[in-house]
Amino acid sequence: MSYIEFEKSKKELVNKIEDLKKLSETEKINLDDEINLLEAKVKKMELEFYSKLTPWDKLTIARLVERPTALHYINSIFDDFVELHGDRYFGDDKALVGGIASFNGIPVTVIGQQKGMNTKDNIKRNFGMVNPEGYRKSLRLMKQAEKFKRPIICFIDTPGAFCGIGAEERGQGEAIGRNLLEMAGIKTPIISIIIGEGGSGGALALAASERVYMLEHSIYSLLSPEGFASILWKDSSRAKEAAGIMRITAQDLLQLKIIDGIIKEPLGGAHRDIYKTAAEIKMVIEKELKYLTKLSSFDIINLRYEKIRKIGEYEDG
Amino acid sequence: MKFNGLFKKNKYITLKEENTIKGTKTIPNIPDGMWVKCPKCTCTIYKEDLEKNLSVCKKCGHHFRIGAKERVIEIADEGSFIEINGNIKSKNPLNYPGYEDKISSLIEKTGINEAVVTGICEINGNPAVLAVMDSNFIMGSMGSVVGEKVTRAIETAIDKKLPIIIFTASGGARMQEGMLSLLQMAKTTSALNRLNQAGNLYISVITDPTTGGVSASFAQVADIVLSEPDAIIGFAGRRVIEQTIKQKLPNEFQKAEFALEKGFIDIIVPRGSMKETLSSILRLHKFQEVK
Repeated sequence: MSYIEFEKSKKELVNKIEDLKKLSETEKINLDDEINLLEAKVKKMELEFYSKLTPWDKLTIARLVERPTALHYINSIFDDFVELHGDRYFGDDKALVGGIASFNGIPVTVIGQQKGMNTKDNIKRNFGMVNPEGYRKSLRLMKQAEKFKRPIICFIDTPGAFCGIGAEERGQGEAIGRNLLEMAGIKTPIISIIIGEGGSGGALALAASERVYMLEHSIYSLLSPEGFASILWKDSSRAKEAAGIMRITAQDLLQLKIIDGIIKEPLGGAHRDIYKTAAEIKMVIEKELKYLTKLSSFDIINLRYEKIRKIGEYEDG
Repeated sequence: MKFNGLFKKNKYITLKEENTIKGTKTIPNIPDGMWVKCPKCTCTIYKEDLEKNLSVCKKCGHHFRIGAKERVIEIADEGSFIEINGNIKSKNPLNYPGYEDKISSLIEKTGINEAVVTGICEINGNPAVLAVMDSNFIMGSMGSVVGEKVTRAIETAIDKKLPIIIFTASGGARMQEGMLSLLQMAKTTSALNRLNQAGNLYISVITDPTTGGVSASFAQVADIVLSEPDAIIGFAGRRVIEQTIKQKLPNEFQKAEFALEKGFIDIIVPRGSMKETLSSILRLHKFQEVK
């Protein structure tokens, strides 16, 4: 059963419970036993379903419009967020937000890829697909953070870097490559959290950090499963199958040592309880900053280098 | 005189239907691979002539794609190239069906172990680390081995205090290794950050095609970025952009000349003068090394 099918059949049961409740109220009959039974059934169904989501289900959840965005978390985790704009070369990319804020009284730099909260907003945010000026803004804010010795927190949520004429003319590849190169030398801690879709090089440009976490149902992939199926099998309709073999879930990537930890989501996904999810994220940032801010800048750079240097599987003959 | 029997009519051989040859057109029989057609000016070139001319069309100047081995011969002084890390081999981290077989058959066919060849050489007497990608090997795609070999080449340059030259040719990240391929972008560029700290020269030479993950990692962040004429350089594939914007792209889009105009390439260098150009740049950086 897919995510959509499950949610549909669950909704039917929930509606039935609602009907029973109304009935017991209007007809003054006690239906508590039946209601309790059904409620327990729904709970059991949910626990069962969400404990064994397929990669495709996770992708569906990660792409939900209701899924909390970077700004949702920024506003609930940090105080006094001051958004800063522009890359100083070309313009201001609304698919990438960033600025300074206070985390438990410590000044930090926050950067996030921003998807829209509805269709209109999504058009403004370019569906979270960042242009070169967005990556250059991100790098500018990281350099600024380094100057003022602020730790950097990145929220990742993008289908991928934007593919368009303007993006190519302004050097999308150069912008991402430059970010990766410069991030390796940033002297303050960088913590990256993948909150929804971590799509390709566009996501990596904010995730070449010493600590990378993923929300339980988020995904992080080389490219979209649709793209994978279309390139390798010339058939994008086999995306579901591709999702199954690409190893894109938090659980897979922890095993591959590409990420450092998984942040638990409320039953049914982050959108069911944004504040609870934000609190879980906050705990992780707290724990990591406590450790990372004690390190010298030399140790931070080494930690980041060693983590990334080790990634890869090969035979050394 | 009777002619009966003089012109003896032979009995015809009766052919069975399945033994007859049908539908064969008369195509002049040219041995395979002796002639090639230039994709740009469509002229036919004798293959030996093409190879003598560094695989550049004499008529229109089109640069044919060449393999890593040919490139090393063209760039490195004769006998100076010493390969490093030539034995690193791919694994199959996604258990992608047929991946191991594909790699083995390509190793046999191309004579190289992966999509990049790395080593130390001299270029007109100037020592340098040289990494050359090969688009014949799964489109020069970068998986764990390519990432590791490029990273080790950069580290060798740091250790031996040598400049590094990377010839890029790649369709992007290696699909069959999933996320491990993506992270090679961060790995190679992190090593370049160390190279920059150490003060070594890095020259990248973009050859056709350089797209995706390689264009968005080490290809365009060198101290000096050179390119062969007409080479495709871009992040997203042409087809993907056309699908996104729902219109045809102009021919010159994502060509080296386009990237030069937009400010992402220092010089476009024809293959015939590549070695000279590289050695002049290397010589101009020697002064600093002596200091």
